Amino acid sequence: MSNTSTSPFDIEAIRSQFPVLEREVNGRKLVYMDNGATTHKPKAMTNAITSYYETINSNVHRGVHHLSQRATDAFELTREKLRAHINAEHSYEVIFTKGTTDSINTVAWSFGELVKPGDEIIISTLEHHSNIVPWQMLCERKGATLKVIPMDDHGVLDMEAFKALLNEKTVLVAFNHISNALGTINPVKEMTALAHEVDAAVVIDGAQSMPHLNVDVRDLDVDFYAISAHKMYGPTGIGALYGKEEWLNKLPPYQGGGEMIDTVTFEKTTYAGLPHKFEAGTPHIEGVIAWAASIDWLNELGMENISAYEQELLEYGTEALLSVEGLKIHGTAPNKSALFSFNIDGLHHYDIGTLLDQLGIAVRTGHHCTQPLMNRMEVPGTIRASMGLYNTKEEIDTLVAGLNRVIPMLK
Amino acid sequence: MSESIAERTDDIVDEFDMFEDWMDKYDHIISLGKELPLIDEQYKVEDNLIKGCQSRVWLHADYDGEKVQFTADSDAIITKGIIALMIRALSDQTPQAIVDADLSFVDQIGLKEHLSPTRANGLVSMIKQMKFYALAFQSKQA
Repeated sequence: MSNTSTSPFDIEAIRSQFPVLEREVNGRKLVYMDNGATTHKPKAMTNAITSYYETINSNVHRGVHHLSQRATDAFELTREKLRAHINAEHSYEVIFTKGTTDSINTVAWSFGELVKPGDEIIISTLEHHSNIVPWQMLCERKGATLKVIPMDDHGVLDMEAFKALLNEKTVLVAFNHISNALGTINPVKEMTALAHEVDAAVVIDGAQSMPHLNVDVRDLDVDFYAISAHKMYGPTGIGALYGKEEWLNKLPPYQGGGEMIDTVTFEKTTYAGLPHKFEAGTPHIEGVIAWAASIDWLNELGMENISAYEQELLEYGTEALLSVEGLKIHGTAPNKSALFSFNIDGLHHYDIGTLLDQLGIAVRTGHHCTQPLMNRMEVPGTIRASMGLYNTKEEIDTLVAGLNRVIPMLK
Repeated sequence: MSESIAERTDDIVDEFDMFEDWMDKYDHIISLGKELPLIDEQYKVEDNLIKGCQSRVWLHADYDGEKVQFTADSDAIITKGIIALMIRALSDQTPQAIVDADLSFVDQIGLKEHLSPTRANGLVSMIKQMKFYALAFQSKQA
């Protein structure tokens, strides 16, 4: 059933970089298809963590001593690598945060200070709770109104409806680059241009796009782009917020503390310049430094190659899964990442997920932190198999065989 | 159904000892789920709903002054099968016996992961709720 991949990279060599993929779960070889939740980590990244602690561990941006200088250099090198990776203009436009959620909350709070009663914020039906709730909180805090872009049954956002929602009261538009629940790739550049016509700022949740796509923030012309390291083969607990310089200068800082100040007296504090204004406290130094190893590793493979390979998996997997009786795929956008969100007619996602786990197959089940989207699709949840660059067609075959084995048990 | 909770849970452990592999075990849980007497529709309401991120559970308790009867339902069949085991263990018992019940049999039959809070399937909350009902009935009695 499986065809040999035509992609230029060597899948076995790639998999050998991930020791966890060799382990067994419930007596079977692990088939890990929960990459939308988090990806596994290449040895280059875990080695970088050990190396950091064994050679240069110290606090950054403060000591005059050698180790602190080395750690600071390594820390700032990640900022530069990430800048280059997303093609930002300046490295100080890259702010380190705890992750995508923290990045979005940073904008929601800081931008929120500029929001007035009656202003409007637009999000989309496809959003993760982390790109809904911060905006709802902002609207409640400032008396602004939240509007939602509808979608069609394929999971494609309605551009005409979006245009109709935009008006002179719109101050901000926030949506994801790739939907975590359906895999839809949104037309970020086109939507950003539309939002800019009414001078609204654009915030992109890039949690799901960074591992799969070549992201160029200048080409997209977005104002903010939120990133998580752990979904792109990097460490947990670290992420970044890209912001255009003019916006980051205009916004007040989110949190106060050390690192983010210029001078402090009891009467008045002046803030540090970018990026430190938004980086209060000792950062996740180890995470930042190790993240560079993941970025280098992705770039060695090439984001274009990764996208091409994963699109092969998408095509292969869609056809293979549709051969399963009663299987319905949710999210059939023409422009989609390698993610399969599906249900089996008459069966509950939890039952399927539980039995697949017995076969060593790791999928996500539930509402995927997108309850409004699930309500729109009139399902309580789905089974989601989200591909990473180390997944194979053989593993998709294993998933399909697993489904064909467990479905009769539940009927 | 007059044995003690400990006797009932020992029976359950014996019953599960017979299964040689996971498929047999889950086949059994699934058939228990299918056999579970449905909760009376009038009790399948929001007030009796225990929300979980994965599956939903409805639980209703009746007390005749001596013993507590539980009925429950879920939208997921495996969750329902585990509910059936819980009801078999705890229903038709006195509030005191329910409050004091040792439910380690779930661990012994290899279903502990279903009671992990990360599963968010409503089962942990259901067991808590069963004990809360028993406590409430107990204080009514006193």
